Amino acid sequence: MKICVLVKEVPDAAVEKRIDHSTGRMDRNGEKNLNPYDTHAIEAAMQIKEGGAVPVEEVIAVTMGPESAVRALHKAVSLGADRSVHLTDPAVAGSDVAATGYALAKTLERESPDLVLLGQQSDDGECYTIGAVVAEHLGMPSLTQVIKMDVADGALRCERQAEYGYDTVQIQLPAVISVGDAINEPRYPSLKAIMGAKKKPLDTVGVGDVGIDASKVGGEHSAAQWVAAKAPPAKAAGEIIEDEDTNETVEKIVAWLDERKLI
Amino acid sequence: MANILVYALHYNGAINKNSLGAVSEGAKLAAELGGEAHAILLGENVPQELAASLGNYGAKKVLVAEGPEGLAQPLVDAMAAAISGGGYKYALFGGGLLGFEIGAGLAARLGAGVAMEVTGVRAEGGELIAERPILGDSAISEIKYRSEVGIIIGRLNAFEINESGAGVAPVEQLSFELSPHAGQAKMLTRGEQRGADVDIEGASILIAGGRGLGKAEGFELCEQLAQAFGGNTAVAATRAVVDAGWYPYAAQIGQTGKTVAPKLYLAAGISGAIQHKVGMQSSENIVAINKDSNAPIFEFSDLGIVGDLNKILPKLTDAVKAKKAG
Ligand SMILES: Cc1cc2nc3c(=O)[nH]c(=O)nc-3n(C[C@H](O)[C@H](O)[C@H](O)COP(=O)(O)OP(=O)(O)OC[C@H]3O[C@@H](n4cnc5c(N)ncnc54)[C@H](O)[C@@H]3O)c2cc1C
Ligand SMILES: Nc1ncnc2c1ncn2[C@@H]1O[C@H](COP(=O)(O)O)[C@@H](O)[C@H]1O
Repeated sequence: MKICVLVKEVPDAAVEKRIDHSTGRMDRNGEKNLNPYDTHAIEAAMQIKEGGAVPVEEVIAVTMGPESAVRALHKAVSLGADRSVHLTDPAVAGSDVAATGYALAKTLERESPDLVLLGQQSDDGECYTIGAVVAEHLGMPSLTQVIKMDVADGALRCERQAEYGYDTVQIQLPAVISVGDAINEPRYPSLKAIMGAKKKPLDTVGVGDVGIDASKVGGEHSAAQWVAAKAPPAKAAGEIIEDEDTNETVEKIVAWLDERKLI
Repeated sequence: MANILVYALHYNGAINKNSLGAVSEGAKLAAELGGEAHAILLGENVPQELAASLGNYGAKKVLVAEGPEGLAQPLVDAMAAAISGGGYKYALFGGGLLGFEIGAGLAARLGAGVAMEVTGVRAEGGELIAERPILGDSAISEIKYRSEVGIIIGRLNAFEINESGAGVAPVEQLSFELSPHAGQAKMLTRGEQRGADVDIEGASILIAGGRGLGKAEGFELCEQLAQAFGGNTAVAATRAVVDAGWYPYAAQIGQTGKTVAPKLYLAAGISGAIQHKVGMQSSENIVAINKDSNAPIFEFSDLGIVGDLNKILPKLTDAVKAKKAG
C-alpha cells in the first residue's frame, strides 16, 4: 500500500495572523511551521505502516506552496515519511480552495496512492474541505473528521462525529480521509530523524510536470473571488482578571456574578 | 433564471434546524434575485409530507432523491444532476459537517467557486456576495463568484429560520446516477450516542469543561461547581473531550453538538475554537477560565480569568456555596 499525506506550511501559532490590505490576501510573512493538524495525519500513516495489518511500501508527504514550504516537508519526513513531493509554481499562487484541491489532486495522481490522508483543518485556511475536493477529482470515496480508522481487506472502517452523533462508515480503498485531532497523539521526531530529513528524496514539481491546466489555478483563475476584507463589528471588550491571589480572584468572580444576579 | 438550490439535511423524520435556516435564507435571496429557492433532500423513502413542509420556509419546489443517507458523495451526484437541468445560479448549505463535504465536492464537480463558514449573504447587481470571517474571526472577507454556479456554505446558526406559512410545496422525484466512488462508502451505523443522555439545552447555567481539565476525572471539578450553583445547572463539554471519551456526546456544545444560550456559560480549560463558539455565543453572560492569556475564548467572554483552573475551580465552588448559604 502507498500512502500520501497532504501537509501544509502555516504561520506559527504565536504569529499574529493578518490581512495585507494592499493585496486582500493573507500576510504570510513571519515564522512558519508544519500545520499542527497534519502531524495527526502523518502519525495515522505511520501507525498503519507499523501496525502490520497491511504492508505499506511508502509514506509520501505532499505539499503545494512557496519555496519555504519545503520546511514543512522536512518536518513531515522527520516524523516518518519516506520521501516528499513539493508542488511549487507561481501559477498556483493565490488559488482558492477548489483550485488548490484540483492542483493537489493532479500532483497525487502521478503517485497513484491507495490512501490519501489530510489534517482536519489548516491553521490559517480553516476550510475543512480540501479533502472533499481532492477526492472528487480523484474519483475516490472520502470522509472527513475521522477519529478511528482500521484497515482490513482493502477497506477502511472509519468512525467520526457528525451532526447527530458518531457514525461508522466502511470505505473501499483507494480513498481520501481527513483525520480529526482525536485520532492519535503524534510522536516527536528524534534528533537523528531531524538531521536526516534533508537527505530523503524530495521531488520538486511545477504545473507542467503534473499535468495541471494552468488556466484553472492561481488567484486570477479561481472561481471564488476575494473582493474585499473588512473588520468585524466591534464588540465591547470583556473584563479580564489575572489570577495572582486566588482568594481575591474568586471574590471578584462571585461579586461579578452576584451583580448580575447569577448566583 | 437565478434560482437557488438549497440542501436540506434530515434525520429521523425531522429537517435539521440549520437547513430550515438555509431554506429561509435561500427564499429571501432568490426573491431579491428574481428567482426561486428549491430544496433538495436525499434518503431512503423520504416522507412526502416532510419534503413538502419546506414550502413553509419559502421553498417553491422540493426535489427528492433516493439514495444512501448520511454520506456526502451521493448528494454531490444528486445536486449536480439537478443543476445540470439548468436554472440554478447558486447552491446553498446551512452549517454542519455534511454540508461542508457536499458543497466542496460539488465545487470540484462543477468547477464552481465555494465559500464556507459564511455568516452573511447579500444580493448586489443580480449577484450574491458571501461574507466569510477569517483568521480566527479577526477579519471578514467578501467573496464573489466567477463561475456559472456559486456555492455558499453557511456557518452554524448563521441563517435565521423564517416560517412564512406559505403552505406545502410541490415535491418532485429527482432521478440521478450514483457515481462509482459514491458507491464505495457504506454507512454501518449512524448517530450513535456515546455516553449518558444528559440535557444541556434546558439549563439556565452551564459549566463547560474542555481539554484543559487534563483528564476525565477533571470533570469532577465542573460537576462540583455545578452542584454549588444548584437549581437548573448542568455540565457541558467540547468535542475534544467528548472524542476522548471523558464526557457524554449529549453534553457537547458546538458545530456537531448542541446550540445553547443559557443565562450563564462558564468555561474551564476551553480554548474557544470557532466550532465551539458557534454553539454558545448567544449565551447571556460568558465567563472563561484559561491559563493562556492569548486563548481565543477571551475575545468573546464578558469576564475572563487568566489562571489555573485547578486552583480556581475548587475555591470558586466553596465561595459560591458560601454565598448561597449566606
Ligand atoms: C468540522 C468540525 C466540527 C467541530 N465541532 C465541534 C463541536 O461541535 N464542539 C466543539 O467544542 N468543538 C468542535 N470542533 C473542534 C474544535 O475545533 C476544537 O478542536 C475544540 O473545540 C477544542 O476543544 P478544547 O477547547 O477543549 O481543547 P483545546 O483547544 O486543546 O483547549 C484547551 C484549553 O485549555 C487551556 N488549559 C490547559 N490547562 C489549563 C489549566 N490548568 N487551567 C486553565 N486552562 C487550561 C489551554 O490554554 C487551552 O486554551 C470541531 C472541529 C471541526 C473541524
Ligand atoms: N497547500 C496545501 N498543500 C498540501 N495540503 C494542504 C494544503 N492546504 C490544505 N492542505 C491539507 O488539507 C487539510 C485541510 O485544510 P483546509 O481545508 O485548508 O482547512 C490540511 O490539514 C492539509 O492536510
